[in-house]
Amino acid sequence: MSVSIKELTLSFGDVEVLKRLDLEIERGEFLVLLGSSGCGKSTLLNCIAGLLDITDGQIFINGRNVTWEQPKDRGIGMVFQSYALYPQMTVEGNLSFGLKNARVPKDEIARRIARAAEILHMGPLLKRKPAQLSGGQRQRVAIGRALVRDVDVFLFDEPLSNLDAKLRAELRVEIKRLHQQLENTTMIYVTHDQIEAMTLADRIAIMRAGSIQQLAEPHTIYNRPVNKYVAGFIGSPSINLIDGTIEMNGVPSFVAGRTRIGIERYAFSGNGPKPGGATFGIRPEHIFLGRAAAEEPFTAEVDVEVIEPMGADTLVWSKLDGHELRFRVDGQVPIRTGERVPIGFDPARASIFDAETEMRL
Amino acid sequence: MADVAALNTAGVAADAVSKDLAGPRGARPRRAISRRNVFLYGTLFVISVYYLLPLYVMIVTSLKGMPEIRLGNVFSPPMEITFEPWVKAWAEACTGLNCDGLSRGFWNSVQITVPSVILSIAIASLNGYALANWRFKGADVFFTILIFGAFIPYQVMLYPMVIILREIGLYGSLSGLVLVHTIFGMPILTLLFRNYFTSLPEELFKAARVDGAGFWGIYFKIMLPMSLPIFVVALIIQITGIWNDFLFGVVYTRPESYPMTVQLNNIVNSVQGVKEYNVNMAATLLTGLVPLIVYFASGKLFVRGIAAGAVKG
Repeated sequence: MSVSIKELTLSFGDVEVLKRLDLEIERGEFLVLLGSSGCGKSTLLNCIAGLLDITDGQIFINGRNVTWEQPKDRGIGMVFQSYALYPQMTVEGNLSFGLKNARVPKDEIARRIARAAEILHMGPLLKRKPAQLSGGQRQRVAIGRALVRDVDVFLFDEPLSNLDAKLRAELRVEIKRLHQQLENTTMIYVTHDQIEAMTLADRIAIMRAGSIQQLAEPHTIYNRPVNKYVAGFIGSPSINLIDGTIEMNGVPSFVAGRTRIGIERYAFSGNGPKPGGATFGIRPEHIFLGRAAAEEPFTAEVDVEVIEPMGADTLVWSKLDGHELRFRVDGQVPIRTGERVPIGFDPARASIFDAETEMRL
Repeated sequence: MADVAALNTAGVAADAVSKDLAGPRGARPRRAISRRNVFLYGTLFVISVYYLLPLYVMIVTSLKGMPEIRLGNVFSPPMEITFEPWVKAWAEACTGLNCDGLSRGFWNSVQITVPSVILSIAIASLNGYALANWRFKGADVFFTILIFGAFIPYQVMLYPMVIILREIGLYGSLSGLVLVHTIFGMPILTLLFRNYFTSLPEELFKAARVDGAGFWGIYFKIMLPMSLPIFVVALIIQITGIWNDFLFGVVYTRPESYPMTVQLNNIVNSVQGVKEYNVNMAATLLTGLVPLIVYFASGKLFVRGIAAGAVKG
């Protein structure tokens, strides 16, 4: 285990920000903490870094109990959203500040800076001040500052949120490449951007109100969300959720108004289907149109209400028996507002949640 | 132009187009003498005159000899410029006790101002830094009490302070006065520094902690280099405030160590025969010179510092 968190609790006064949280992170793993703002993900990262004093619980890094240790002694490097470069120092000064504090010998400092500069392609920038750098370069320096510390655990606190879309995509790949290059380096990455989470993570921990909702590989999170919140949070455009009931006369089926969807092939977790209230979730990209629709187990006809062409594909808004239904079609398919089109999907790819507990059935 | 004529014959639509082309285009023209400008600059001019006239009278009077002053033309420039009054004000003017002019007061004021300014700013910046970044238990209570201190009238504390100074044996000495200035500057300066340090990005502080810098390391290597503007503001507030102070100076020191302001008062108020207006004016200008120079020298930094403290955050 590289980082392990045991029953971590943090409260500010009466407010419990983190609630008895357990988390085990493997050596060399890329873990993304994902959640909307205020869910406690950055707080958790600050606790791991030692920048916040925790109320209860334990934190181990590389098998060592660091619960009471200072941030500098925990063997971590941290990258912040606002870069947090020291404005009065050159890039070189920024990189060496931590090493000088740790009284690392001069030639060793030079060696590490040279290595970081090579990995992050910032050799020509070393003599500049942060103000003379672009946003992408600044964040690269900030990553470099974590890199020279020669640590096993990297903490990223929304490092790309201040960058524009194009740079963000570039740096995202760079971070992934860096992780592949640095074997055995654990990375914990906080973001609210699901694309970053899906593309970077070995595992994603989806957080809500101070606790982890689901901790799994991106594929599992996307295809088998454990509850309605996770299903709605992951995926853009977000999943279609239809409220209805499960009926069990002969074969199990999901009924919402006059629509009846056969769910005999749906892989129920636990004890199989039970009659009762439920929410049926189907992702927009799992709904097919036209001829492809006819081959799917469930078919219907819907009116096209609004279309949003996005180039590569087009998002179509329609209603299935009064329930909002979004689906995604290829951008080249001719489709017009007001048209009546056949659609179809496979209920086996859906996610069904209990109406009361909101947990996956 | 033939084209335009051809277009005109082409019909109503083309007519409308040419009319559009002839209409307003580009930057709106501005007249130099508009009613708005006259009002604006007129007001500015009147106010400047209102503020500068007394200064003008003082300078002019201080450069005149007494016979010329007796003529009574307050606003007229000196016919014969003389620096006699300035020399006299600096070195010879008499108070009730001695006759060595303002020079004695000047050096007293320097001895009071320099340590008071350095001490109060050093302590207040540390206070502000600790309050903003190292949130210790009871920090809010401490801060509230400190700020409350800014609202208590000085008069209330005058006498208790006398007793305290007497008990610790500093009453009447310059170091006693330095102590008083340092203490009374604390609330407002701490507030100033705390707010400035709070406005600096918190992540910078966190990054420095991860990099292993401690309380002093972060203060000296990260915070100080970023805080020049606010230090200039504090410097100006303290230099002018302490230099111009009269009340504490007269209460907590003895005549031989009176600051310049008290000395000035004594010179102006001591009546021995004729009232030497020119010497009084020169003495006043000399006393005001230090804050004036501070303002001129640091005006730009001062404005920038105030803006930096106020806008960012």
